[in-house]
Amino acid sequence: MASKPTFSDEIANLLYAGKGSPINACIQCGTCSGTCPVANYMDQTPRRLIGMINANLKEEVLDCNTYWFCASCYHCTVRCPADIDIAGVMYAVKRYSIWNKTYREDLIGPQFSEAFMKTIVRSGRSYEPLLAPTYMFHFGPKEFFNEAVNASKMMLKGRIPVLPPRIKRLDNFKNMIRKIIPIGESS
Amino acid sequence: MKKFAYFPGCSLEKMASSYHKSALETTKVYDIELQELDDWNCCGATTYFHLDDILANTLVARNLALAEKEGLDLVAPCSACYKNAYFTTEYFRKDPDLAEHINFALEEDDLHFDAEIDVYHLIEVFTNEVGIEKIKESIKTPLEGLVIAPYYGCQIERPKKSGGEAENATYFEELISAMGAEPAYFPERLRCCGGSLIMTSRVPALDMVRIILDSAVRNGAHVIATACPLCQVNLECYQSAVNEEFGTDFQLPILYFTQLLGLALGINPKKLGIGIELVSATPVFKKLLPKGVK
Repeated sequence: MASKPTFSDEIANLLYAGKGSPINACIQCGTCSGTCPVANYMDQTPRRLIGMINANLKEEVLDCNTYWFCASCYHCTVRCPADIDIAGVMYAVKRYSIWNKTYREDLIGPQFSEAFMKTIVRSGRSYEPLLAPTYMFHFGPKEFFNEAVNASKMMLKGRIPVLPPRIKRLDNFKNMIRKIIPIGESS
Repeated sequence: MKKFAYFPGCSLEKMASSYHKSALETTKVYDIELQELDDWNCCGATTYFHLDDILANTLVARNLALAEKEGLDLVAPCSACYKNAYFTTEYFRKDPDLAEHINFALEEDDLHFDAEIDVYHLIEVFTNEVGIEKIKESIKTPLEGLVIAPYYGCQIERPKKSGGEAENATYFEELISAMGAEPAYFPERLRCCGGSLIMTSRVPALDMVRIILDSAVRNGAHVIATACPLCQVNLECYQSAVNEEFGTDFQLPILYFTQLLGLALGINPKKLGIGIELVSATPVFKKLLPKGVK
C-alpha cells in the first residue's frame, strides 16, 4: 500500500531535481544562516527552516515569513558544504504556499508575485504601476509617502512609462502558457 | 564587427534607460552590434519561479529561441535576466524532459530551441570579448582621481560560480582601473541589495541597502558602479528612505559601469543618460574630473 508523502517529501518533490543534494543531506552547520543578509529579520533562520522541513513541522514552516523574505541572492546556495540549493528550497516552499493558499495574509510577497505573473500573462511585459496596489496598501503613512515621492521624481526624469507595454504576438504567447499550465485566461 | 542578440529586459525600457543608451554607445566604440530581439517578453525575474518551474523556464526559453533563430549568442544587461537565460539554457541541456516541455509550448509561437547558443552578461562582453587591454588602449579621458566602488551584486556571479570562485572575482576592479579610475576596496561588493524585497519587505531591504552604501562610503568611494538595473534603483532611489529610516546621510551617486566607461571614452554625458539620476553625479564629476569629461 502506498503511503501518503510527508511534508518533507512534498517539498523535495518541488525542488528542481537536477540541482544539488536532497534537503535531508543538511548537516545543520548554519553556514546558510550566517551568510543570509535577511536572517536578522526572519522568524526562523534558513538552517532552522530546513531542520523544520526535515522534521515535517508543516504548519510551523508555512506560518513563518522566512521563505518570503528570501531575496534570491544565492549566497547560501553557493556556500552550502552539503551542496543543497537552499535558495531553491525557498522557491519550493513559496510555490507550495501559493498553490495551497497557505501563506500568511500579512505578507506582501505572495500577492506581489501573483500580480506580477498576471501582468505578464496579459501583456508579455512587466509594468511597475500595475503592481503598486499589491504593496502600497500594506504600507504605513511613511512608506506610502516615500513611495509616492519616489514615483513622482522618477516620472519627472522620464523613468516610468506612461502606458503599459505589450508584446506583438500576444495570442501565441498566451497559448504557449496554456500548454504548460491552465492559467493565463484574462480573468 | 561582432554581433549579439540583445535582450534589454523590461527595466531598460524606461527605469534604466540610461543603462540602455550607454550600453549601445559604448559597445559601438568596439565595433560590437547589439541587435535587439524582436518581440521579446519579460523573463519573469524571480517571480515566475515562485509559481511554477516549468512555466518559468518556458517563458525564458522564448527569448532564447528568438536569439537562436537569428543565429546569435544572447547578451543581457540585467543580472536577473542574465541568470534566468543562463540557467534555462543549462537546465535545457541537462534535462531532456524539460526540453521537450519547452519545445511543446514554443510551437504555439512557431519557435524551437536547441540550446545551441551561449548566454552572456553585458559586462562579460567588455571583460572577455573586448578585453581589458583593448579597453585600456581606447580610453580618451581617463577618470583620474575618481574612486569607484565595484558592485557585482548577486546574480552575475551566483549561483553560476562556487562560493570561493565568486569571492575571488576581480574583473570589475580591472575594468575600473582600465578607465583610469581607482577601484575602491569594497567588502560588500557581492552582498545582496535586497532585489524585489524593496517592494515586499521594506525595512529589511532598506537595511540591506544601508550596509552596501556604508561599506562604499567608509572606503572612500565617490560613486558606486553597478551592472544591474535593480541594484541601481535600490541603491539610488531608496537612499533618501534609508536616510530617513536609519538617520544616515548618504548622498552617493550610483551609475552603470557603461556610463562611467562612456565618459572615459569621451562620449557626451547626455548620450550616456547622465542627468536622469535621482542622486546627481554632477557635483562629484565637477570636483574631480578634468574639464574634458564634464
